[in-house]
Amino acid sequence: MVQVRQSTIIDAPIDDVWSILRDFNGHERWHPAISFSEIEGGDPVDAVGSVRRFRLADGGELREQLLALSDKDFRLAYCLLEAPLPLMGYVASIQLKPVTDGNATFWEWRSEFHPPTHRRDELVKLVSEGIYQAGFAAIRSLLRGRVLTAKARAPTPAPPSAPPLIPSPVSSATTSFGQSATTRAIVVERYGGPEVLQLKEIGLPPPAPNEVRIRHTVIGVNFIDVYCRTGYFDLLQPPGVPGMEAAGVVEAVGSEIAGFSVGDRIAYACPPVGAYTERRNMVPDLLVRLSDDIPDEIAAAGLLKGISASFLLHDIHAVQPGSVVLVHAGAGGIGQLLVQWARHLGATVIATVSSDDKARIVERLGAHHVIVYSRENFTEAVMRLTGGVGADVVYDAVGQDTFGGSLAALRIRGHLVSFGQASGPIGNWDIGRFASKSITVSRPNYAHYTDTPEKLAPHVERFFAALRQGVVRIEAPKRYNLSDAGEAHRDLEARRTTGALVLVP
Amino acid sequence: MTKVYVSSVIPAPAAEVWKLVRNFNGLPAWAPFVAESRVEQNAPADQIGCIRNFVLRDGGRIREKLLALSDYDLSCSYAILESPMAVENYIATLSLTPITDGNLTLAEWEAEFDCAPEREAALMHQIGTGVFQAALSALKQRFGR
Repeated sequence: MVQVRQSTIIDAPIDDVWSILRDFNGHERWHPAISFSEIEGGDPVDAVGSVRRFRLADGGELREQLLALSDKDFRLAYCLLEAPLPLMGYVASIQLKPVTDGNATFWEWRSEFHPPTHRRDELVKLVSEGIYQAGFAAIRSLLRGRVLTAKARAPTPAPPSAPPLIPSPVSSATTSFGQSATTRAIVVERYGGPEVLQLKEIGLPPPAPNEVRIRHTVIGVNFIDVYCRTGYFDLLQPPGVPGMEAAGVVEAVGSEIAGFSVGDRIAYACPPVGAYTERRNMVPDLLVRLSDDIPDEIAAAGLLKGISASFLLHDIHAVQPGSVVLVHAGAGGIGQLLVQWARHLGATVIATVSSDDKARIVERLGAHHVIVYSRENFTEAVMRLTGGVGADVVYDAVGQDTFGGSLAALRIRGHLVSFGQASGPIGNWDIGRFASKSITVSRPNYAHYTDTPEKLAPHVERFFAALRQGVVRIEAPKRYNLSDAGEAHRDLEARRTTGALVLVP
Repeated sequence: MTKVYVSSVIPAPAAEVWKLVRNFNGLPAWAPFVAESRVEQNAPADQIGCIRNFVLRDGGRIREKLLALSDYDLSCSYAILESPMAVENYIATLSLTPITDGNLTLAEWEAEFDCAPEREAALMHQIGTGVFQAALSALKQRFGR
């Protein structure tokens, strides 16, 4: 069963809105989807049990029965008897409430029904947008027209319609040393190489009122953790615990927490750092709930990379069918996702890798062309493969070793998305020269695309949908014990790995 | 039986607003007329039956008992045990409803009570405008841009 719920504010008194909506046969006069409607048997429109038979603008015929009507509560309910669509068991209700400061009306339109699984999303969209939202807009313009023609009252300002900007919570250091409860964690006491990743017992206070405590089951390892360990990024201030991605279970909740309960399966891919630990406290705003079909290991291995791939391929550059996409490090954790997803979007995908073994992996993922950059100059290869035109977009997280070649591999008006520097900083470039090909360069920062629930949610949904539909597959990650985090970093930096790495507490 | 009902549109998602208002002991954090609050007998603020004991900025003391709290419906009901307002059988409910169009929140606050007939109009104004609407306006301000 699905539930659809849409609601809005109409800038008119509740009696005005209700007088239109309570007429069970009145929708033909205001709803854009309906071309004709009549009450069967000539029953009164406000007789509970009456049936309306109506035709849609596209010709489909439907019958609906009035189940409840209340002038006291400003509510009516109805069900579908016959329809050309499989909206099985469709029961809907309309509810109005007065907004007493000002003179506006809250209107909620909701329903439940049982769609066939494969048409679920299409039908939910049809009902919520094609019927409910379209109805809201129609009533709003109908009432606005009345106000303007009758001049009965001055129009009042429209209600706010844009979602407000909620500042993202920033929690500082997540570790607190010397408390009674403790947990095992990897602590960076000074910036440095993999050897600074040391296992320690650290204090774990009870969660603050606005925090939950999470018991990690699997912890993701990302290149950003290397940048935190070396001090290239200042997300971690020593002594501190690195890590921005994990899956686990909510173990305790603070007194002000609503919406999360002990036992909830969750994952996250966000600052503040502190994931390389058995347990941590965290403000839950950016936690992602895990449904039963997403294993912890896949969430911990794929969430940060999947979210990144989502905004890299859709927001920073909207990959179009037929465009040429160059992905560096195509066998790496995020590279594998970019290759699969870009191919699904209809692009011609060229990937670079460091070895023949990795080339085979990337070919299996669907790359059209794979360049082993240790053997062949990738810029020349891209030009050869594209008939001298170049790539529309280059996804480059390698940095120092590839940045210049990536610029040279672009076509005119091409786009270089530089989102990492695994081989070292990209250095200084004269952007004046970019005019020779009208090049665009992006330097996206993960946080700026994901630091509020509103920004994050579409990417999480898109990534999980891509996983479920098989658009992207995440191979089982390589597992390390939490205490061996240093070894994991060594392998990651030595480019010895393919796919994702995870730590297991 | 007298009824009071007020409502406002709060410019924030319902989950955000609920996080603030679900705390039965949290009035001083957002209601402009409450100076301090505690829960009697050190009970958790979300334990049904717990009693909040709070002091108004004008010095009046009110004790209210939590009757219902729903994280599912985003609503909270309580009864007045003691107050300077001379009301009886006073039960109030604060509830939130998501407005999907724009991701806003409808906040509704209603109360039913008995009182002396000559006091009814003044109490309705005091509770409806002076307390409920004033608090909802403070919420609007707090989440406003």
